[in-house]
Amino acid sequence: MRTIQVQEITKNIKEMCIEANHFLSEDMRNAMANAAATEESPLGRQILSQLEDNLKIAAKDMIPICQDTGMAVVFLEVGQGVHFEGGLLTDAVNEGIRQGYTEGFLRKSVVKDPLIRENTKDNTPGIIHYNIVEGSQVKITVAPKGFGSENMSRVFMLKPAEGIEGVKEAVLTAVRDAGPNACPPMVVGVGIGGTFEKCALMAKEALTREVGSHSEIPYVKELEEELLMKINRLGIGPGGLGGRTTALAVNIHTYPTHIAGLPVAVNICCHVNRHAVRVI
Amino acid sequence: MEKYITAPMDKATVRSLRAGDYVYITGTIYTARDAAHKRMNDAQDQGEELPLNWAGQVVYYMGPSPAREGRPIGSAGPTTASRMDKYAPKLLDMGLGAMIGKGKRSPQVVEAIIRNEAVYFAAVGGAGALLSKCIIKSEVLAYEDLGAEAIRRLEVENFPAIVVIDSKGNNLYETAAQEYAVE
Repeated sequence: MRTIQVQEITKNIKEMCIEANHFLSEDMRNAMANAAATEESPLGRQILSQLEDNLKIAAKDMIPICQDTGMAVVFLEVGQGVHFEGGLLTDAVNEGIRQGYTEGFLRKSVVKDPLIRENTKDNTPGIIHYNIVEGSQVKITVAPKGFGSENMSRVFMLKPAEGIEGVKEAVLTAVRDAGPNACPPMVVGVGIGGTFEKCALMAKEALTREVGSHSEIPYVKELEEELLMKINRLGIGPGGLGGRTTALAVNIHTYPTHIAGLPVAVNICCHVNRHAVRVI
Repeated sequence: MEKYITAPMDKATVRSLRAGDYVYITGTIYTARDAAHKRMNDAQDQGEELPLNWAGQVVYYMGPSPAREGRPIGSAGPTTASRMDKYAPKLLDMGLGAMIGKGKRSPQVVEAIIRNEAVYFAAVGGAGALLSKCIIKSEVLAYEDLGAEAIRRLEVENFPAIVVIDSKGNNLYETAAQEYAVE
């Protein structure tokens, strides 16, 4: 049994909120640079070059990459050999978010009630997903999620008979409808299978998988490649102003499902696909 | 075509702009997003005056992140314009000259743009750090309690934007995507 003080979780979450909002991960930076080198549209190239400059300015001057510094989505993979002390873990996570957003000059974008809409003024609460795993470590992923692209995300409850073609059409429909609203070039997270909520969660998790990596399941890897090619034929392009770079990656996660169902979730993220990962 | 224009904008300037033009805006613009639009709409319903006369002005759909010490503003890129579609036709009918945002607009907004000879610009979504460098001054004009959603008066210098919907209703989002689409 390993004991971890929850204050250590708070400290890490605080730092990770600030880090994720100012520095994009290397896989995303490489994907952007690659897109800038291959885009055919002159306006598209100009926009991609602005986005690269934006990343440099954000890191150098500590200005958030995007003013929508997101709602903080936190994944915690907790080894079952870990024992927490010093308070409630959920409170510690939210305290980290509060400190990160207030001390890090990040925008407070969370309202206390979805209809009354009063700002909580510290960006809490976050959206926290716990998973109990083997071992005595804690893996923390902080993924601040902007809502320009979140608003364009979809869940489709397909019939099993619709099969893989139905899945392709669902993903393409979501991307086509998102168009310029989702700040392309986007990253497309897809969850196939499970239940209504499981497929949505898988789509969100898929967004945190490295851009350029592929599923270990051969047919899913092929589906990722085919969908990326088809999305980039839609012509939407950088900023939605025409071009070949509409998506940088399609990441698909799958899970067993019910004999009567084929749930598909498409979680779209803009080019500011932020996530910071730490293992403690 | 690259054009250097000033804000507020006269009708001759707005009429001269065409979908696809790349513009650099210098002058005074005003921010307003969801909550400010709702509050202005409620004020109009009650017969109250708005915090400013929008005639000829440029609205920027934007809610910044907080400014660090010594800077006028934090990250400051555009938000999705379609959330303001419900309110935009009324403001356009009151003379609003131009809108800066990102993403598609409703047919009602496009009609109001044509009817009033206005223009819709897109700024590059997600380029908030870069765009913040074009903002040289920022002050809250109204609705301070709304925080990031308050109405701000911004002084901008060579702020880059693209004409997406011009005063004739030409729409770059529709034409540009078709140009690069592969059947």
